Amino acid sequence: MEDLSLHILDIVENSINAQAKRIEIKIKKNKEKDLLSLEIVDNGKGMDQKTIERALDPFFTTKKTRRFGLGLSLLAEAAKLANGSFSIESKPTKGTKVRAIFQSSHIDTKPLGDMAQTLVTLIIGHPEVDIIFSYRTNRSEYYLDTKEIKAQLNGLSINSPEVIRLIKKNIKEGLYNLRRRK
Amino acid sequence: MPKLKIEDLVKIKEKATRTTSLREGGPYKTKITVHMGTCGIAAGARKILDSLMKEIEERDTKDIFLTTSGCAGLCSREPMITVESTGKAPVKYIELTEEKIKEIFEKHIIGGNVVQAYALAVGSERAV
Repeated sequence: MEDLSLHILDIVENSINAQAKRIEIKIKKNKEKDLLSLEIVDNGKGMDQKTIERALDPFFTTKKTRRFGLGLSLLAEAAKLANGSFSIESKPTKGTKVRAIFQSSHIDTKPLGDMAQTLVTLIIGHPEVDIIFSYRTNRSEYYLDTKEIKAQLNGLSINSPEVIRLIKKNIKEGLYNLRRRK
Repeated sequence: MPKLKIEDLVKIKEKATRTTSLREGGPYKTKITVHMGTCGIAAGARKILDSLMKEIEERDTKDIFLTTSGCAGLCSREPMITVESTGKAPVKYIELTEEKIKEIFEKHIIGGNVVQAYALAVGSERAV
């Protein structure tokens, strides 16, 4: 994966495969502590202890299409390379929380990449899932909740091209303003 | 933090209710599935979805249902899409690029002719 936004897309696809209907993607950047943290919390079917233990094994997958599963292990590796840490908390039927922390200034910390494209990709593929995205810095926050948007749309599909274009523009501008405010 | 403005949404609603949505908006002629597993994402599937979305927007086509799915089991041939046209057998396209998408859109999705050069045909599977 070239950047963090692609890792995020991949992990959220896992959540959706686990029947999650609500997924929170939280990014926090702490300048003083030199940390970038990423948290993905879903309300999917969760995992039992035995499955959690095997989740980081690249040769483990619950899928039937292939014999290995690299998504989580790739993100764990990316965090480890960037002097960070990685953890999974999960309970059957309750959902899963994946957390990766990176040292912001570390040369191996991947760039965030095109977060707007990741979010609209998820919305196009899974309009029925509610996605809450937030990016917080010490000074400011960008926040997007697709459930709020759907309520305003009054029956119009969130994945129609016009709405997608508007959402993408909003995310791009929001994250741009956040960077300028540092 | 900019919020999505309700006026903007109302404006596009006027326009968009007259058109068909990608997913639920009634009968569609073609369904395009972008395979968005770990393998697909790492190989560039997100860019493929973006170029399909651009084609749909630019051509203002109303009868296409664009969606994503997981890994199809042919990780080494990603990025891949599956094109399903009403009444025809589904076609899987492999090792895609934005240029190939343009061609597939023009010839197959609009024109109805399968682009055989990029399609996964019987006999083209590699042994594992």
